[in-house]
Amino acid sequence: MTVESLLAPALVGVGGALGAVSRHAVGLRVGGDRSVLAVNALGSFALGAVAAAPVGSAATLLFGVGFCGAFTTFSSFAVGTVRAANETGGRAAAAVAALNLAAALVAFLLGSLVSGGLLN
Amino acid sequence: MERTSHGVLLVAVGGFLGAVARYATDAAASGLVALATRGAGLTVLDGTATGVGTLTANVLGSFALGLLLTRTSSERIRLLVGTGALSSFTTYSTFVSDAVALGTPTGAWYVAVSYVTGLTAAALGLAVGGRDP
Repeated sequence: MTVESLLAPALVGVGGALGAVSRHAVGLRVGGDRSVLAVNALGSFALGAVAAAPVGSAATLLFGVGFCGAFTTFSSFAVGTVRAANETGGRAAAAVAALNLAAALVAFLLGSLVSGGLLN
Repeated sequence: MERTSHGVLLVAVGGFLGAVARYATDAAASGLVALATRGAGLTVLDGTATGVGTLTANVLGSFALGLLLTRTSSERIRLLVGTGALSSFTTYSTFVSDAVALGTPTGAWYVAVSYVTGLTAAALGLAVGGRDP
């Protein structure tokens, strides 16, 4: 085990802890499926911005893989969508699922555009 | 509990472990993909997004979260394992980033496969766990 081989997971872990706490904070303020949509869109925007910026591998691990990866969540989205389908029907759940994808995709591309545009 | 500093600490510890586990899963999946493609006489450039690691984490984590939420009513365990570890183990931003990197039509298939398997895994986890406590 070298210092370098431990540094990468440590950066990802610290970013992950901060991302999880931030997501928790959004959840306490917004609540429910809307908070999942909010973190997924915001986090995808941020990851798009990081991916398009010429930051080093340490910043990518800490902020991209760690923070953005943990701030956004697939499992809460999936469980929330299945529960929505069971409670209010498949159509409403399909709309939530499609909205998450569209919002996160547009946010990611916007993030890359903004970051790329600012730097060029 | 969920607003106390103790609750925030549980989420942070879980988030650390979940993100590191995702990183390890992605590294293992990339290694396996490289091995399999080399075996098939193909080469995948190092660092190329395949989405396999993210897909694996998202499907496993969705099943586990469905199971957890139906099996425990302990707020401490929900904060540590659910909000902290499993929600950080799975990711939506990297999923979208992988889909964009794969391009069309592979990225569209990746999204479809992720949604079908991830939602099925969550439904299975909820079903195996039984009724919500």
